[in-house]
Amino acid sequence: MTNNKNKTTTILKKTGLYTLLGIGVFLSMFPFYWMFIGATNPSGAIFSMPPNLVPGDHFFENLRNLNENVGIWRVIMNSLIITLTFTVVSVMICSAAGFAFAKYQFKGRDPIFFMLLLAIMIPYHVTLIPLFELMANVGWLNTYQAVILPHLAYPFAIFLMRQNMRSIPDSLLEAARVDGAGEMRIFFTVVLPTMRPALAAVAIFLFMFQWNNFLWPLVVLGDSSMYTLPVALSSLVGMSRIDYGQIMLGTTLSTLPIMVFFLLLQRQFISGILGGSVKE
Amino acid sequence: MMNQSTAESKKKPKRKFITPKTAPYLFIAPAVILFIIFTVYPVIQSLILSFQTSSGGVSTFAGLDNYRRLFNDPLFYRALGNTFTILIIQVPIMLTIAVLLAVLMNSALLKMRAFFRIAFFMPAITALVAYAIVFMIMLDENYGLVNYALSLVGIDPIAWLNDPFWAKVSLIVAVTWRWTGYNMVIFLAGLQNISNDLYEAASIDGAGKIRQFFSITLPQLKPIFLFTFVLSTIGTLQLFDEPFILTGGGPNNSTLTISLYLYINGFRYFDFNYASAIAYILVIIIALLSWFQMKVVGDKDD
Repeated sequence: MTNNKNKTTTILKKTGLYTLLGIGVFLSMFPFYWMFIGATNPSGAIFSMPPNLVPGDHFFENLRNLNENVGIWRVIMNSLIITLTFTVVSVMICSAAGFAFAKYQFKGRDPIFFMLLLAIMIPYHVTLIPLFELMANVGWLNTYQAVILPHLAYPFAIFLMRQNMRSIPDSLLEAARVDGAGEMRIFFTVVLPTMRPALAAVAIFLFMFQWNNFLWPLVVLGDSSMYTLPVALSSLVGMSRIDYGQIMLGTTLSTLPIMVFFLLLQRQFISGILGGSVKE
Repeated sequence: MMNQSTAESKKKPKRKFITPKTAPYLFIAPAVILFIIFTVYPVIQSLILSFQTSSGGVSTFAGLDNYRRLFNDPLFYRALGNTFTILIIQVPIMLTIAVLLAVLMNSALLKMRAFFRIAFFMPAITALVAYAIVFMIMLDENYGLVNYALSLVGIDPIAWLNDPFWAKVSLIVAVTWRWTGYNMVIFLAGLQNISNDLYEAASIDGAGKIRQFFSITLPQLKPIFLFTFVLSTIGTLQLFDEPFILTGGGPNNSTLTISLYLYINGFRYFDFNYASAIAYILVIIIALLSWFQMKVVGDKDD
């Protein structure tokens, strides 16, 4: 009898649990589904009553219109060039600095590191106006480097790399030195390969930051041929006659690649986006 | 090979420019140089700008004029009020949902945990601009999906983005959608670190599940609450992309945030001095709040 009763409560609990989580999953995932629906339907279909919830056949037409309006291939290329260059260079710079802070004794180490930590707390809005003036003065408005340069030395990434690199045993570095390896060689052939998981997490963090970066590119890229995806999408919203099929396709194109990467590398992604605050 | 290179380095030790003594400076040099140019300089320059006024390209020292103007600017108070309203309502709602979800996700009865985690985390990887656009279309007053769904249960259409009250609600809903799963994953990791012994001891003492939640789970999660709270506060105070896309700060400035007001003054009116003053007020608010939150949560330990 009691056994049976326990079974029933377990089943009830399970039903409740899955129902609640199911509602959560629905709310969480539905906007994505709806975005894909919108991307494959003509503009008007998004607003039809009752709403249209099946994929349509307007994908290529939306793509053609989107390309006519914002030059989507050019925009995607801008986003890719900026984000990939930024990520690769920033990972190098931040891991080199993180390595020095973690594994060397040198004058000024602690005050410099403290300055970097302080910068984590500073909202980047403060730098917006002087940076804009700086870029305007050197004639770099509407250039890739104007978007890439300001955040290359990303304090939080340096901090994460330092935390991770403290786990490298000193004996490993000493052994390499005894073998005659120079400091540069140690960094590239000993340190970086052992740090691969941390590098991946930091790279994903930096990639996501730059791929989604909006305010700074909005300010510094005025020429539509230089737009990144978020800036181009926001310009579509501002148009007098909004074509929703195009816009939904644009949002899909900016989200889909990230979604695919996320599904492939979800553990690294989660730890990367959470900035290493969650260890698994 | 190895012996050879050791011998070589012993032969000419002075030839090396990069030694264990100089190497760290070389390693930090790129980061430090970039940091000075693109962070230290602008942070100082911004402070200087905020004490100046300029007309016709000539800047003059103006003391606290910009700040005085700010404190007499009804729109600035509006932006401040809106930002704090969103902060005070959105962050607790989001963190509550996140904790409850995390507790459900941590249940031993749950299978396919990985699937649920992916589904809940997915919003956190979407571009802010992209999801704001999707929400803008879903919340359309006349043709939006949300109002259609409401009409099915007999609720009249709501002017989500065109009514001062509902526009704020829309922002809160959107931000909560984007960040709840992100916080849930942080809480879940925290839950998994709580020792099972605590719960076993409590159930021997006769504490029910709900009692256990309040007397074990919540206190154990305290550091994580602090972490997510500070993070969310800083994020909300800088809220820009969502109001920019969803409402443009309207209707009637009801969703104007501090960041949006900064952007409008800086890059629509090109009043760099005034915008810099707004930026510095934002820095001070964030510093004060972060300090205050750590203080409050930290002191409870004593």
